[in-house]
Amino acid sequence: MDVLLDNLGTFAEGVATTVELTTLSFLGALAISLVIVTFRVSPVRPLRLFGTAYVEVFQNVPLLLWILFFVFGLPKLGIRFELFTTAVLAVAMYSAAYYAEALRTGINTVAAGQAEAARALGLGFGQSLRWVVLPQALRSVVQPLGNLTVMLLMNTALAAGAGLVELSTAANRVNLVEAEPILIFSGAAVVYALLALLITTATRLLERRLVIHR
Amino acid sequence: MNVLFDEPGPRARRRIRVATVVSVLAGALLVALAVRQFAINGELDWKKWAPYTQWPNWRYLLTALGQTLLAAGLSAGLGGLAGLLLAVARVSRNVVVSGFARAYMETVRVIPAVLLIYVVLFVLPSLGLDLPLLWKLVVPLAVSSSAQFGEIFRAGILSLDRGQGEAAAALGLNNGQAMRLVILPQALRRVVPSLVSQTGGVLKDTSLGFFVSYAELLFSGKVLIGYYQNQLLIQTYLVIGAIYFTANYALSRFARWLERRGNSNRPPLGHYPGHR
Repeated sequence: MDVLLDNLGTFAEGVATTVELTTLSFLGALAISLVIVTFRVSPVRPLRLFGTAYVEVFQNVPLLLWILFFVFGLPKLGIRFELFTTAVLAVAMYSAAYYAEALRTGINTVAAGQAEAARALGLGFGQSLRWVVLPQALRSVVQPLGNLTVMLLMNTALAAGAGLVELSTAANRVNLVEAEPILIFSGAAVVYALLALLITTATRLLERRLVIHR
Repeated sequence: MNVLFDEPGPRARRRIRVATVVSVLAGALLVALAVRQFAINGELDWKKWAPYTQWPNWRYLLTALGQTLLAAGLSAGLGGLAGLLLAVARVSRNVVVSGFARAYMETVRVIPAVLLIYVVLFVLPSLGLDLPLLWKLVVPLAVSSSAQFGEIFRAGILSLDRGQGEAAAALGLNNGQAMRLVILPQALRRVVPSLVSQTGGVLKDTSLGFFVSYAELLFSGKVLIGYYQNQLLIQTYLVIGAIYFTANYALSRFARWLERRGNSNRPPLGHYPGHR
């Protein structure tokens, strides 16, 4: 245990980075996915095509490649962000494709009568989406969104490929000094598990409050 | 058209037309800005693309694609096999067996693949087990995908009608026989599309070969970028991205095709095979 306690500082920094990266990417992914899913169900064809292309392109290319391209490629095109910001951007844009697909499934579960009722009240496309369909869609996909968020947490470890010192890199660095791999990597795994537990617990609480009994 | 809007009337049609024109213009503007950004930074220069008209570079990347497919095939194969065993164990009536399978799946699900790779890179050698390069990538990927494959198989088994198991029991089959002869053959057919799309996920995960220096696509791209002194970074990542996209997109279309075919082949309710 001494190894873990002696390097508490490095570990804490790694955990903090992972938590920040996960939180910000989650918020970014949710925002982007709402836009993308709106595009995908809109009556405007070019927007639908863009939404589909976005989802396909981001889902079919590995996240690590996106991270490397954003971190090392964008500066060559004269677009510079801080390393952390770039990692958030890459993880958020990648995860948004998955969130958008989950949301679209959710929209498909909303009964047609709901949208008809919204229209009968005189609500337009945007209004019925915002006030009637999306709230119900979101509530019915709380569980899948939770699973995707656990996946997002796991995916933040890929930022190691671009040199961001998050939890997995922190563990690796401590190990290079201390050479106690079993203890150090188990410690890191426990922290990941606890963070995932936090997400699944939050998901469960949210679901219990929001689920629609049909 | 979906449930969100009716057949549009004349005013809505006009609005949709305006929105179409505006979004096409916005898209064209974005593309123009991107091309300009490439141009002013010299990334469109012919000398930066010329290497990708040469066969040796392509041969190098295609070999890497082969290595990627090999690693993905092995990882998905082993992960799938382990997943099948896990799913069967998890629905077992033996509490110890199902408890173990459940604990394994829940644990693996919350450990990033990168961490598993570090374990194979650093923990196993300290225990005297130094795997060959390919297996340093395949073993962690197989472990991390086994839980996901297990969930897919389990969902397939649980999706079957209870009556299937009861009928098997009524025929005098024991649990093992019922699983092998009645449940699994049906469950497996149902989950084939999900298995194929999960394999796409494994294919993407082989990019973690980057961490173990296994010569799959992404690591080979890094080598190629280094060889050209970082001059071709953008171009190489775009080419590699296109290769990943092609391979993975083909796989996901295949999964979707299987799903459609599976749905249309399913006999209608009340249809008893054998009583045509």
